[in-house]
Amino acid sequence: MDNVTYGLTMTILGMGGTIVSLWIISLAMNLLKRLFPYVPEKKEKTEEGDVGSH
Amino acid sequence: MWEAIEIGLSGLAVGARNLALPNAVMMGVGFLLLYLGIKKGFEPLLLVPIGFGAFLVNLPLSGLMEEGGIFRVLFNTGIANELYPLLIFVGIGAMTDFGPLLENPKILLLGAAGQFGIFLTLALALVFGFSKLEAAAIGIIGACDGPTAIYVTSKYAPHLLAAVSVAAYSYMSLVPIIQPPIIRLLTTREEKVIRMEAIRPTVSKQTKLLFPVIVALIGGLIAPRGIPLIGMICLGNFMKESGVVSRLTKASENEIANIVTLFLGLTIGATMQGETFLRVQTLVIFSLGLLAICIDTAAGIMFGKIMKVLSGGKINPMIGAAGISAFPMSARVVQVQGQRYNPQNYLLMHAMGANTGGQIGSVMAAAVMLSIIEGMGII
Repeated sequence: MDNVTYGLTMTILGMGGTIVSLWIISLAMNLLKRLFPYVPEKKEKTEEGDVGSH
Repeated sequence: MWEAIEIGLSGLAVGARNLALPNAVMMGVGFLLLYLGIKKGFEPLLLVPIGFGAFLVNLPLSGLMEEGGIFRVLFNTGIANELYPLLIFVGIGAMTDFGPLLENPKILLLGAAGQFGIFLTLALALVFGFSKLEAAAIGIIGACDGPTAIYVTSKYAPHLLAAVSVAAYSYMSLVPIIQPPIIRLLTTREEKVIRMEAIRPTVSKQTKLLFPVIVALIGGLIAPRGIPLIGMICLGNFMKESGVVSRLTKASENEIANIVTLFLGLTIGATMQGETFLRVQTLVIFSLGLLAICIDTAAGIMFGKIMKVLSGGKINPMIGAAGISAFPMSARVVQVQGQRYNPQNYLLMHAMGANTGGQIGSVMAAAVMLSIIEGMGII
């Protein structure tokens, strides 16, 4: 393979392959976020008198 | 008696007598790296061992890189077989919080744009007469990712290892100098002052835990040649997010990473021997490497502009500059530039997201490149 073909192929496939790979990963990230949504931690209520009640 | 003293004295002077100009110049380069690391604070963890390694190896008759010499032993142990960069990757994975990236997955695409310089520079290196594999190694400087550059170069163009790795680490440390003029040049005042909403935590623990598995799976299926690179960074991050192997995580990000960084720095410095380093070819490699990082930055910003339009003006294109792998320097550069034009603007977390995207992007780009080269039957 000559250098021109190699250079052009690497540029097109390399940039294209990288962007497609990362796009697929970003789709998977969105999917993960939907499958496992964030649930804020509930703050436990402290009953009055808890502190120092012993 | 006098004769014996004379012979003894000549033995003591043999080092000075063998000091050649290229070695003296390279000792000067070593001192320059030490100065940049110590006085200027540019990546001292790397530049100090690299600089001292370069100084020691250029002392006449040191024998450090000869068979059995300590630097040769370290080289054969971890550079010749790519062990050191891969261990560093476990540490990087263990140190990295992909949270800001997971908050806005689209930003990962900036990490792709930030790798375009790799492929354009590869093509340019061919024009300068480098072979196909040498061009690949030179292009990878554009990943702005030292371990990736060492991994690819030691595998496919080991004779260029010194120039490529020193260029990669030097430019990583010079990101705060290289990027700001490009950011200022390529963005309008209106774009510079765009405020981005603060990131609120919306990512579950399960998502964070499964993210490295998904990246390794997708990356490995698309570009199997890059599995060692992708796999190690994902392993480190998986250990961190699992929360059950804190000893291993801490060891990876501290003890192992520190020891390997020392060995890696010393051995990279040891490859900077005068007779092999001081060539026109090295200057060409340094110039191409600089160009690669400039193209990466420009491509990231241009992609940021596209995302700005698609998002209805909600994305500040400057964060595109952080789509390279120099973490966290590049994100800090964007934050400083953002505050310069709008002191109320806090782009840091968004830029961190793009920056971690750049880390994945650089590894993915290298993996894609190696897989294409293999597919073409060149390796």
